[in-house]
Amino acid sequence: MSDNKVIQVEGLTKMFGDFTAVNAITFEVEKGEIFGFLGANGAGKTTAMKMLIGISNPTSGKAKVAGFDVFTEAENIKRNIGYMSQKFALYDDLTVKENITFFGGIYGLSRKKIKEKSDALIKELGLDEIANQLVGSLPLGWKQKISFSVSLLHDPKIVFLDEPTGGVDPITRRQFWELIYKAAHLGTTVFVTTHYMDEAEYCDRVSIMVNGKIEALGTPKKLKEQFNAANMNDVFLKLARG
Amino acid sequence: MKTIIYIIQKEFKQIFRNKGMLPIIFVLPLLQLVILSNAATFEVKNIKFGYVDMDHTTTSRALIEKFNASTYFNVLTDFSSERLASSAMLKGEVDVLLEIPNYFERDLYKEKYNRLGVTINAIDGAAAGVENVYVTQIIQRFNSNLKVDLLKPSDKQVQPTRIETIPLFWYNQTLNYKTFMVPGILVLLVTMITLFLSGMNIVREKEIGTLEQINVTPIKKSQFIIGKLFPFWVIGMGLLTIGLIIAKLIFNVPMLGSLPLMYFYTSIYILVVLGIGLFISNFTDTQQQAMFIAWFFTVIFILMSGLFTPIESMPKWAQILTEFNPIKYFVEVMRMVMLKGSGFMDILPQLLKTLLYAIIMNGLAVWSYKKTT
Repeated sequence: MSDNKVIQVEGLTKMFGDFTAVNAITFEVEKGEIFGFLGANGAGKTTAMKMLIGISNPTSGKAKVAGFDVFTEAENIKRNIGYMSQKFALYDDLTVKENITFFGGIYGLSRKKIKEKSDALIKELGLDEIANQLVGSLPLGWKQKISFSVSLLHDPKIVFLDEPTGGVDPITRRQFWELIYKAAHLGTTVFVTTHYMDEAEYCDRVSIMVNGKIEALGTPKKLKEQFNAANMNDVFLKLARG
Repeated sequence: MKTIIYIIQKEFKQIFRNKGMLPIIFVLPLLQLVILSNAATFEVKNIKFGYVDMDHTTTSRALIEKFNASTYFNVLTDFSSERLASSAMLKGEVDVLLEIPNYFERDLYKEKYNRLGVTINAIDGAAAGVENVYVTQIIQRFNSNLKVDLLKPSDKQVQPTRIETIPLFWYNQTLNYKTFMVPGILVLLVTMITLFLSGMNIVREKEIGTLEQINVTPIKKSQFIIGKLFPFWVIGMGLLTIGLIIAKLIFNVPMLGSLPLMYFYTSIYILVVLGIGLFISNFTDTQQQAMFIAWFFTVIFILMSGLFTPIESMPKWAQILTEFNPIKYFVEVMRMVMLKGSGFMDILPQLLKTLLYAIIMNGLAVWSYKKTT
């Protein structure tokens, strides 16, 4: 296995009874890449991602994440990845600082390290005024940014983002993508699902899932050429409509 | 170990920040202890007593006076006819009716024998039984006083010898019902609060999605579970402490046995309850489901615990079922240690069964908690 391939997936399948949610998908993601994982609602994106982050057992196929097998070494994978779910799973009844401390703690960071990280994070995101506010009282855009930063606390090799920018205004989305670029620039691989096709344009490479299968994979530029489309939106519509 | 501390810290912060929950955890149970211990009594008192006196003689009035003097029968109603008395019984104005027939005194002295009519409202069978005993006791006492008066000098030689029993009530000499109930109700509160809190807590994290976030971290199952349950263990022990203080201060329930022994037993018992709570939360997706299941088990556990009804009088199969009821053991141990002063060796059987239960329940809970689905 080449060191550059941080995610290697081959024929990965997930069945729920008779229903095939993810149908033999195959792809690779390179280190430092921003990999867009697109698809309509119900196409199987979240299910596929849950297998990669080790909280859902695949039915068949092969997959390695950060060099570890998803079947046998899920706990090792978890040490090396960050995850931000659609629900921005921070604790609403804890303050920003307390959330940072808690997640830092369960990733096994030392007190000193947590303090450093949390100071840096607060400074970077300009959170000084709200650091001691309960997360529940913050606007969605803030929660998303904090949630993303928290998922990077333990310096993971790969960060998985499941529709991270749902429901916020274009400016906030823009700011969020600046954070993603920054993380990628520092060497973190970003695996992101989204519904916004303008965001797909920001990715190094994208895959488009339709009914559990990956129907297209490549750089946005290549995909636009391949489907003879002006933008990613048209590519997506052509594929999703079948 | 450090990871566990972070979880415990977080849990305590969340518990004490939840202004709606705090009173539910600490104030309501204690209110319940005070109210239930006073109210949940099987003592039959203030019996509504009525009589129909057709005789109107010194003897009949003397008999009624006996009832009047009793502390159990405090409301006395005189009915002029049987018909009026029956209708009062129907309306619930009286529960016990005594009918003294015509010529009661005359026949008693002439024939040395007579009958009295006693009617008891027996919708509550247990209460009716007790009322019957009270009535019989009063009439018998009246009877034995009469006998002496009725004896003719010629009868002296046939004076019957009587066997009298003098009961000794051990462990609760005054037959104080509260002494019996308070330890039991304390058990209830410790159990219910810890079961509901622990069962609800993890399901809540499932609902808001934070459990998924926890599951993608490298945290070990055991670390998470210990960190999650420890705060509720502390709360359970806290409740026991406050409850014991109330038992002593308000109800003056004796504490004959060793306090450390009681805490030792409780510390293991709470583990059982927490294990059950966690087990429930692993198989439910919403707090509502968890609540219903927790309720289902608590009701069965409580009714079959010997707290309100003696286990000895249950049918055989039900008695076997109670062997699987942790509350039963806790109620037994509480009453034994507090009221009888039982020591370590006396409660050893209960202690071992509880320990086994704790190991099994927590084993099942840890086993059924899955980070990966």
